[in-house]
Amino acid sequence: MDSRDEAEGVRTLELSVPGWPGHCAGQHADLRLTAEDGYQAVRSYSLAGPPRNGTVELTVERLDDGEVSPYLVDEFRPGDQLELRGPVGGYFVWDPSDPGPLMLIGGGSGVAPLAAILRERAALGSSAPARLLYSAGSEERLIYREELDELVQPSYTLTREQPPGWTGYSRRVDRELLAETVWPASENPIVFVCGPTAFVETVAELLIDLGHAAQRVRTERFGPTGK
Amino acid sequence: MAVISRGFGGRRRREQAEGLPPGQYVTDDFPVFSAGPTPHTPTERWTFAVVARDGRTKESSWDEFQALPSETITTDIHRVTRWSKLGTVWEGVSVDRLLEDFDPGASHAMAYRDGGYTTNLPIEDLTGGKAWIAYNFDGRPLEPGHGAPARLLVPHLYLWKSAKWVRGLQLLDHDERGFWEQLGYHDRGDPWTEQRHWGD
Amino acid sequence: MRLDGNAAAGALQEVFPLDATLAFATCAACGARDQLGGAQAYMDAPGVVLRCAHCESVLLRLARNENRIWLELSGCASLEVRTP
Repeated sequence: MDSRDEAEGVRTLELSVPGWPGHCAGQHADLRLTAEDGYQAVRSYSLAGPPRNGTVELTVERLDDGEVSPYLVDEFRPGDQLELRGPVGGYFVWDPSDPGPLMLIGGGSGVAPLAAILRERAALGSSAPARLLYSAGSEERLIYREELDELVQPSYTLTREQPPGWTGYSRRVDRELLAETVWPASENPIVFVCGPTAFVETVAELLIDLGHAAQRVRTERFGPTGK
Repeated sequence: MAVISRGFGGRRRREQAEGLPPGQYVTDDFPVFSAGPTPHTPTERWTFAVVARDGRTKESSWDEFQALPSETITTDIHRVTRWSKLGTVWEGVSVDRLLEDFDPGASHAMAYRDGGYTTNLPIEDLTGGKAWIAYNFDGRPLEPGHGAPARLLVPHLYLWKSAKWVRGLQLLDHDERGFWEQLGYHDRGDPWTEQRHWGD
Repeated sequence: MRLDGNAAAGALQEVFPLDATLAFATCAACGARDQLGGAQAYMDAPGVVLRCAHCESVLLRLARNENRIWLELSGCASLEVRTP
């Protein structure tokens, strides 16, 4: 098992999972921790990296009042074990033969499955047009920044603080911001939205408002506990 | 056999030797769990009904309900998912007062609420000062996620029996399974004998 | 705490050998046909409840203990799964 720090409080775990059948970008796994006295906790994490033989990557963001994420980000070390169920969740998977352009909208660590989709798109050599809108509190909280800049030219919005000279957006996603960054509904994009529940709900409602069909908007709410 | 994860304790978890039903852990949190979207019934339209076995209905409006004598209850609550919260404080009307000999022969009741959720209970568990229709928690009106404007509170049983957003009690002469009881959850739900599922 | 149907994918995988989030469910209440991944998911309710995204009626309920899983599907008039 290996790991790398993506940003303050965000860590990607590389887990060795013998027998892992591989996965599609966008899917997730249910992770289970069991304490010595038998207490168990289960959480869902998006599969971050492309499927590699027997290795699974999960990106975890530490939530201050979390029960599992502080353990995974601060404590978990090589040699430790946990249980994974998956891959699951084929609904949040991009079909490369989809006729419409690909639109990805992520809030905070919700960018993880979206990055996985972009990596897979690159690995397939797909020429499908793709865009990413990534919302985070500050520049320090952005993850996979360099990689994302290479894969696609993301539109960033930093909602709480911006570095000097920042030329990206600096507010919470609103109707106008989406109208400027998302293909119009007439181009029939397939849209994936992932992040905290409130973020996803706001974005999804605005997209419907802008004329996108509900079936063309796939959502993955993290929920308040980050599940 | 589950795989043990070294060093994982579950930060919020601490087990107390006494005072807790078996298999429970203590938490200070009170997360909102629900089987559906939060109903929003304004108090002007809210009614609480007691329905007798023969169909007679006794209905209270919010104002009538608020005019009834209320009690303050300090109690522990126990979730079937193993979390217990100690010393919670509620204010509400005793179910004894609402049932008040309306249909004294009933053996069971089905609590129902907005949105189709139901839960069944034996009458003994709703009477004798063990159950309330609660409208305040911690000195303040219930929040929407926690069952506003009023919820059933039966703290000696697992909390899924304490139907949030409760709108009435249907009295019965037999037991009939409610929403979760149809899916394996226990008809009574006593935490002290760990009645979580059928056959427990 | 409403999540998306794909949050229930792991729980459903214990019952169905195929990816249930891709299954098309026809709502018994309103007739809408959508993939379960797009349903409204309520987890830990104490069990799992999936509701129709159009009319919010219950599509399915799932509960489990250590050695049994209960699944109630009467809210789905039908389920359609593509075979591999």
